[in-house]
Amino acid sequence: MTETIATSTAFGRPIKRKEDANLLHGRTNWTDNIQLPGTLHMAILRSPMAHAQISNIDLSGALAMPNVVAAYSAAELGDLNGGVPCVWPVTDDIVMPPFPALATDKVRHVGDCIAVVLATNAASAEDALASIDVDYAPLPAVVNMEQAINNPPAAVHDAAPNNTCYVYNLGGGYDEAAAKADVIVKRRFINQRVIPAFMEPRAVVAAPMGMSDEITLWSSTQVPHILRVLLALVTGIPENNLRVIAPDVGGGFGGKLTCTREEILVTQLARKLGRPVKWTETRSEDMVATHHGRDQIQDIELAATKDGKFLGLKVTLLADMGAYLQIITPGTPLLGMFMFPGIYKMDAYAFQCTGVFTNKTPTDAYRGAGRPEATYAIERIVDEMAAELGMEPMELRKKNWITHEEFPFTTVAGLTYDTGNYEAATAKAMDLFGYDELRAEQKRRRDAGDPVQLGLGISTFTEMCGLAPSRTLGALKYVAGGWEHCTIRLLPTGKCELITGTSPHGQGHETAWSQIASSILGIPVEDIEVVHGDTGRAPYGMDTYGSRSLAVGGQAIKVAADRLVEKARLIAAHQLECAPGDVEFREGVFYVKGDPDKSQALGAVAFEAFTAHNLPDGVEPTLQAESTVDPQDFSYPHGTHLAAMEVDTETGKVTLRKYVCVDDVGNQVNPMIVEGQVHGGLAQGIAQAMYEGAVYDEDGNLMTASLADYTLPSAADLPSFITSTTTTPSTTHPLGTKGVGEAGAIASTPAIMNGIVDAIRHLGVNDVLMPATPQTVWRTIQSAKGA
Amino acid sequence: MEHHISVTVDGTVYSGAVESRTLLVHWLREGIGKVGTVVGCDTSNCGACTVLLDGRSVKSCSVLAVQADGAAVTTIQGLASGDEWHPVQVAFKECHGLQCGYCTPGMVMATVDLLSENPNPTEEEIREGLEGNLCRCTGYHNIVKSVAHAASLMGGTK
Repeated sequence: MTETIATSTAFGRPIKRKEDANLLHGRTNWTDNIQLPGTLHMAILRSPMAHAQISNIDLSGALAMPNVVAAYSAAELGDLNGGVPCVWPVTDDIVMPPFPALATDKVRHVGDCIAVVLATNAASAEDALASIDVDYAPLPAVVNMEQAINNPPAAVHDAAPNNTCYVYNLGGGYDEAAAKADVIVKRRFINQRVIPAFMEPRAVVAAPMGMSDEITLWSSTQVPHILRVLLALVTGIPENNLRVIAPDVGGGFGGKLTCTREEILVTQLARKLGRPVKWTETRSEDMVATHHGRDQIQDIELAATKDGKFLGLKVTLLADMGAYLQIITPGTPLLGMFMFPGIYKMDAYAFQCTGVFTNKTPTDAYRGAGRPEATYAIERIVDEMAAELGMEPMELRKKNWITHEEFPFTTVAGLTYDTGNYEAATAKAMDLFGYDELRAEQKRRRDAGDPVQLGLGISTFTEMCGLAPSRTLGALKYVAGGWEHCTIRLLPTGKCELITGTSPHGQGHETAWSQIASSILGIPVEDIEVVHGDTGRAPYGMDTYGSRSLAVGGQAIKVAADRLVEKARLIAAHQLECAPGDVEFREGVFYVKGDPDKSQALGAVAFEAFTAHNLPDGVEPTLQAESTVDPQDFSYPHGTHLAAMEVDTETGKVTLRKYVCVDDVGNQVNPMIVEGQVHGGLAQGIAQAMYEGAVYDEDGNLMTASLADYTLPSAADLPSFITSTTTTPSTTHPLGTKGVGEAGAIASTPAIMNGIVDAIRHLGVNDVLMPATPQTVWRTIQSAKGA
Repeated sequence: MEHHISVTVDGTVYSGAVESRTLLVHWLREGIGKVGTVVGCDTSNCGACTVLLDGRSVKSCSVLAVQADGAAVTTIQGLASGDEWHPVQVAFKECHGLQCGYCTPGMVMATVDLLSENPNPTEEEIREGLEGNLCRCTGYHNIVKSVAHAASLMGGTK
């Protein structure tokens, strides 16, 4: 099952993945597989109430249970009860309340941690939770964001009496632009709360490593390097004594890019007790305890002339922080701040976001993180404007988008898009979709009064990838940088280690990174081992999130590989008895120019570098090179997504009949992996539109707290997709790549909803809430009829 | 209460004591170290723990270990014959039917059972047949292709 690929063509080929052999045979190393001698299993007593004073936490019953070794509440933990860090204080006056791992005086959401039990097996720890007594004095639950700030039933945190975490403003000049407008369309969109629901539940193991002072932490995390820094800061363990390993990680989608309560507790308790501590969450625990995504109320205004030229956009957001701020909770909506104008030209843009505390699970990044919300708003409001103007929605887009000859283009939000070709992607998508034929069918069915109506949903989107230029992050008050690291090491036997700071959890970095290095070094893909996800073996990195791994990490691979070739060239030239300028490097071999019989392979150079018997003066032994790259700019993938939606007007049932997308992600390292990333993103974005929603009752109980209640779509709920690409290489990234991890999730939600609204607009409908379940759609139609 | 059970797993007989409440998946993982089979939920929705029990697919979180006494269990770790991959494994690799790989053990074992029942499934039959197995990475597109490809590799015969 291995294939040999000519190295010169490794970049850009749909090579089958290296990762798959182990995954397909169950030879895996998930964190929950790790079972060290003497391990104590931790179970967590979580709050059943959304908001309450807690007191009289009595652990004695639990401590008397079989196999229980220890139990702690915040009081017993004392200084070890570290606070979950937030690294993005978005404004100077942001309210950043403490987020203790175990609640001290109040619980603030269902799932908040109250106490832990440690036992010699997981079942005993779980059993003992029921024997902990806690006195709860219920407080009013803050659930509704508007009520939270205008008429608060309670303060989630005393420091924010009206539950306002921050107010962030950007841009302006909208009123002047709107004064010149013929048409202003205002809508309120609800971008509902969803749950990341990666398939591998979170798990953490921490162990003191014997004679050394080191504590090793294995965690199902996207961010081992960031986690190490944060855990060192939170726990006081010297960073050099902390090793964080992300073994096989089963998905993340943003849900694992944090430093969690559980990671802090496991680390502290392993240190305190001097033995391994392990925690694996149940799925139902995950649903209330792992952060959620999205959750915005969006008031959107678009002003235009009567012939459809956009003049200005006003965005006013309420963004639900949930009960606490974790790693980038406050910044997540702001990642979308620059993207609301989308691909369109306009004169003015005014943005305001209010972060709101509620008694719900904290929110944070979920696939796209702010950009799906922004794309949803702009693509929905453009369709509404088209309806208001009586224009075909694609024609309105064409009238306003940045044309391909206008790049680089600085948008009204201040970003400079380097390249793009919206015309090309749209033309290809419309062709694959059969756009005109479907419009004709829509008219036929409308004229015939067909109970099942057809709608065409459009999403012409762009996004910003490649987080991020460090100076930009600094200007946005994000505490860390956005660089990425790579070391490439040629071993004496000619094999290669590529050490990356990215941390994959399904993205296929082992394959794709090998392809990049192979194409430069001429080493077969199968001879390159990609080392990642272990701060002991891959010490530098900023990890994997925000479609940054290729966009930033890929650059580091290229620079390191080029540097390695340059060092090898010095050695090869010395061995071949010529000047470095007289050797050329092709497919892994150095040749003397004009004398092709004289050559030395890179592997042989590596052996010479190892023995060091005959190196040129001033050249150090060993053959390795490293690079740390700070990206020049973001990258801007774009694409056109089209959805044919059928709506049964009598039952409200929605059917996704056909989905076409043409994405432009720049140069592709492995088109098979790119396509897979698009598929998965589509499913998540479509699921937000049609199936998923985290629903709370008025008391703050999560009603969708298991996979029996929260609708993750199955294969039976989705169609096959028609995907294609155009290629407009990024000009700010040396490989011409842009990033693809989030594109599908960002683009697809508005395509679906625009299609649904388009199918029933003639009934007087101009918005449908997500998820567009039959009940919601049917009620929307009935209420439009009533109006 | 403890029970003595004897179960053939991937061709090897394992005997030992289990608690009444122990689920088959926990016994496989923690009792005998077959950690290739994984747990993805606690409501029998995700199917990540799917194994073959006497040749038929079951969610091993929905079977007590004692219920497997005397039976033969095949997990993802016992599917290949030595170095020879099962056609379903081959198809999943060739069609990029997995990303993070966490749902894969269950998805592959469910596919083996699906194809033994229906060697030539339509796309709709594949989608319906895998309804009990959730994947969050692939959008199912390439999983469906993998199953169809596996069917063709297996010649469409039972």
